[in-house]
Amino acid sequence: MLGKIEAIVIGGSWGGIDAVIKILSALPSDFKPTMVIALHRPKNVVNSLEGILKKYSKVPFSEPYDKEEIKLNHVYLAPSNYHLLIEKNKIFSLDVSEPVNYFRPSIDVLFESAAEVYGKFLAGILLTGANKDGGNGMKTIAGKGGFTIVQDPSTAASGIMPSAALRLIKPDFLGSVHSITELISSGKEFIWQ
Amino acid sequence: MKEGKDNKIVLLEDDQLEDLFVSLRQRYGYDFTGYAKASIKRRVQKFIDTIEMESVDLLKNQLLRDEAFFKYFLDEITVNVTEMFRDPLFFASLKKNVFPLLNTYPFIKIWDAGCSSGEELYSLAIFLDEEGLYGKSRIYATDISQRVLDKAMDGIYPIDMMKEYTGNYIHAGGKRSFSEYYTAMYGNAIFRGRLKKNVMFSAHNLAVDESFNEFNLIVCRNVLIYFNRDLQERVIELFLKSLPVFGFLALGNKETLSFSIFRDHFEEIDKAQKIYRRIN
Ligand SMILES: C[S@@+](CC[C@H](N)C(=O)[O-])C[C@H]1O[C@@H](n2cnc3c(N)ncnc32)[C@H](O)[C@@H]1O
Repeated sequence: MLGKIEAIVIGGSWGGIDAVIKILSALPSDFKPTMVIALHRPKNVVNSLEGILKKYSKVPFSEPYDKEEIKLNHVYLAPSNYHLLIEKNKIFSLDVSEPVNYFRPSIDVLFESAAEVYGKFLAGILLTGANKDGGNGMKTIAGKGGFTIVQDPSTAASGIMPSAALRLIKPDFLGSVHSITELISSGKEFIWQ
Repeated sequence: MKEGKDNKIVLLEDDQLEDLFVSLRQRYGYDFTGYAKASIKRRVQKFIDTIEMESVDLLKNQLLRDEAFFKYFLDEITVNVTEMFRDPLFFASLKKNVFPLLNTYPFIKIWDAGCSSGEELYSLAIFLDEEGLYGKSRIYATDISQRVLDKAMDGIYPIDMMKEYTGNYIHAGGKRSFSEYYTAMYGNAIFRGRLKKNVMFSAHNLAVDESFNEFNLIVCRNVLIYFNRDLQERVIELFLKSLPVFGFLALGNKETLSFSIFRDHFEEIDKAQKIYRRIN
């Protein structure tokens, strides 16, 4: 049961850019939920990712500024070298504290703070990756009643990250990027109303 | 006390955090009530987990009773992560767009607010030096945490970091060999004493202290992100009071004045690098 979803958080690492491109390309321009993406990437690759991903999104797409209000029908990308967090009043906060699981932005940090704010109106998607970030975040999302989606490790460029999450939770949906994309872009019951 | 996830015995609630901060304000005058909740809560939770405190009440009691413990807490919950020439393009822009205008003044006053352990400060000093401005500059370096200020005064950093910092320095357009600025000794890089000759270090809390001077340039990067919008407004007003017309304000790359009621006092000199100038 997907229910009403207000926001979707997505985490990816090794191979994650391609997976995110597939998802973004499939979203209709009026896609209602807020989408927030945390992708690991090397330090100091300045802003190139924003430019690349933006081209694939029909939904308005940007890297948020600190204390920016979160909109529906908008895709946000966590800026490199910052952790991205969500405040209770649905405003973004940035943080330059130490990397978590060796990464900044950390998927866990984003997922955990999103789960606190959106609770059961949140869906979390954990994609391909060669480390263990995101697992705890998925566990928190599940604990708060949110909907959890994990990429089937056998379909991932690297299955380490989704496998690590599967050791912590039993996801509501497990599948390839293709089936995840179908679920969120065309699944009627999934669209936030 | 609540049973939480296996690794978190004590789960901090929002109202407990608020209550804790109000008590600390009364007791010590340090005010964290205006900090952005999501990140400060994470820090306090982490503190509780690390020292394995058994309840939030116990934490509060010990903090109120034991000042040394409070100082330790303060150091642990503030985020001091920094680096030399962080965001090289920012320093390049400062040199290109701001320094030539500063050079028209007989005397330059700069405030590095939230300077942390000094890496940003020495980066500024190095570029001022290379542009021939250092001699007529005074830099006021402040932070809420005495521990990081002590480090800033020392100007000693792990030698392992120098490779990355040299890369940043070159990327920012540094003119010399970066190693000219420090002496390598016992695994450390000791920065040249002359770089801090014109620097005044002092503790200053942006959340409660007042303006203490007027400056041609205020650099306050990656500090406002830890504050909620109300506290940000207080600090921006404080900066406004500390800047003459045509004074510069430099923020972190992801910090903006766009959401501030004071935004019309400023114009953007470099949009991407978040360098502003007061215009009225
Ligand atoms: C992430 S560091 C930024 C260091 C440096 N400006 C940079 O961008 O690399 C944030 C600094 O702000 C300081 N800080 C936090 N709250 C403060 C306050 N209320 N007043 C002054 N400094 C504060 C912290 O102690 C820390 O050193």
